[in-house]
Amino acid sequence: MQGGHDLGGKQGLGAIDPEPESEEPVFHSEWERRIFGITLATGMLGQWNIDQSRFARERQHPADYLRNSYYENWYEGLCKLLLENGLISEDELRNGNVSEPIARELRVPSRQDAEKILSSGGPTQMELDIPPKYQPGDKVLVKKNFTDGHTRAPAYVQGCIGEIVIHHGGHVFPDANAQGHLQGEHLYAIRFSSEVLWGNDKDNSEVTIDLWEPYLTKA
Amino acid sequence: MAHDHDHTEPPADIALRVKALESLLVEKGLVDPAALDEIIDNYEHRVGPRNGAQVVAKAWVDQEFKQQLMEDATSAVASLGYSGRQGEHLQVVENTPQLHNLVVCTLCSCYPWTVLGLPPAWYKSAPYRSRAVSEPRSVLAEFGTHLPQDVAIRVWDSTSEMRYLVLPIRPEGTEDWSEEQLQKLVTRNSMIGVELATVPGDSNPQGEGNN
Repeated sequence: MQGGHDLGGKQGLGAIDPEPESEEPVFHSEWERRIFGITLATGMLGQWNIDQSRFARERQHPADYLRNSYYENWYEGLCKLLLENGLISEDELRNGNVSEPIARELRVPSRQDAEKILSSGGPTQMELDIPPKYQPGDKVLVKKNFTDGHTRAPAYVQGCIGEIVIHHGGHVFPDANAQGHLQGEHLYAIRFSSEVLWGNDKDNSEVTIDLWEPYLTKA
Repeated sequence: MAHDHDHTEPPADIALRVKALESLLVEKGLVDPAALDEIIDNYEHRVGPRNGAQVVAKAWVDQEFKQQLMEDATSAVASLGYSGRQGEHLQVVENTPQLHNLVVCTLCSCYPWTVLGLPPAWYKSAPYRSRAVSEPRSVLAEFGTHLPQDVAIRVWDSTSEMRYLVLPIRPEGTEDWSEEQLQKLVTRNSMIGVELATVPGDSNPQGEGNN
C-alpha cells in the first residue's frame, strides 16, 4: 500500500537536522529502549514474520504515521500484532491487567534462546527451481501495483524503466510473506536514472533499488 | 494535522503506555525479562559502528580481504566474527574519486545492524527517507559534505533484506598508518555515505569517542 511510510521523493518534510554522531545515544529515552526490546522479544515467539511486522506499522492513517516518532510507530505496530494474533485482548491493553489466559502453547525464548536467535539471524535467500527471467543489462519496467496489501515496490519507481545491475538470487517475496505465505522469487538490484525518476538530473545522481521479479516486466 | 480520532480520551503518555504493555507481557508470560535484558544490552553495548570500522580499515590495508569483501561481504564480515540479525545478506559498495555511494531505506529503516548497530534517529526520519533518493546532493550538504558536481552519486534504496555498507575512500596521507589507527578515521556516517572518512588532522573528527 502507498501509505504514510512510502516516503521516497515526497516533498515538504523539512530539514534532516542530524544529531552529531559522537553525541547521539542508541536510545533517547527509557521507553524507546523498552519498546525496542519487547518488539524483538515478542517477535521471537514466531507468531508473525518481519513483513507482517512492517505491514502492521504501515497500516495507520498517514497523518498518524508521520506525526508519530519512529518508536511510537513500533508501539502501534506491536499492539496491532499482539491483538490480531490473539496474544492480548483490547481489554487487557486498556487496563494493563491479565484477564484471559493464552489458548495455545508458546515457546517463550530464554536469555540463551534470544542470544542464539540474534546471532544466527534469519536469512531470506531461497533456492528456486525456475531460472531468473532477467540478466544484468536487461531493461525492465516496474509495473503499477495499486494494492492495499504490503509491498516493497515504492510508489516512486512504479511505472519507471530501469536496468538490472545485480541478480541477488531467490529471496522470500514480501508481498506473500506479509499474508503468511512463504514464497521465493528472484530478486534484482535495478538502477534508475534521475531523468526517469524526477524529470531532471540536477544532482548528477542515480538510484539503485532491490525489486522482486513479480514487480517487473520486460521494457 | 487535525483529523478525526475515534477515541474520546487522549491516550496516556507513550512512556506510560509502553511500561504498561511491558508489564502486561511479562505478567502474561509472553516475555522473559532476562531475554529482554539480553536483547537491549546486545544492541546498546555490544553491536555498533566500530564493527564496520574494523571491516573498512582491514579492506584498506589488506587487498585479499577487500576482494573477498567485494565478492561476498556476508562471509568476509563473518570471518571477523560479525554475523546475525539484519546482516544476513551484506553487500559492500565502494566509493571512488568519480562515484559516491549513499544508503537509505525509503520504506522503513533497513540498516546493516551487524556492522553499524541500530540506525541513528535521522536515518529513520521522514526528511532523510524522502529526500535521499530525489535530492541527495542537498542531503549531503546538510551533513557538511560538499562533493564536486562531476562526482556522481549512487543512492541505494534498501527495499529488500540485502544490507548495504559503504566502503569510503582511504584518506590521503595515511599510507603508513596501522589498521588500528585507520579505524579511528572511519565514522558511522561515512559507512552510510553521508560523510567522507575523517581526514587526519581534522579538528573535529565526528567519530571520536563513539562506540
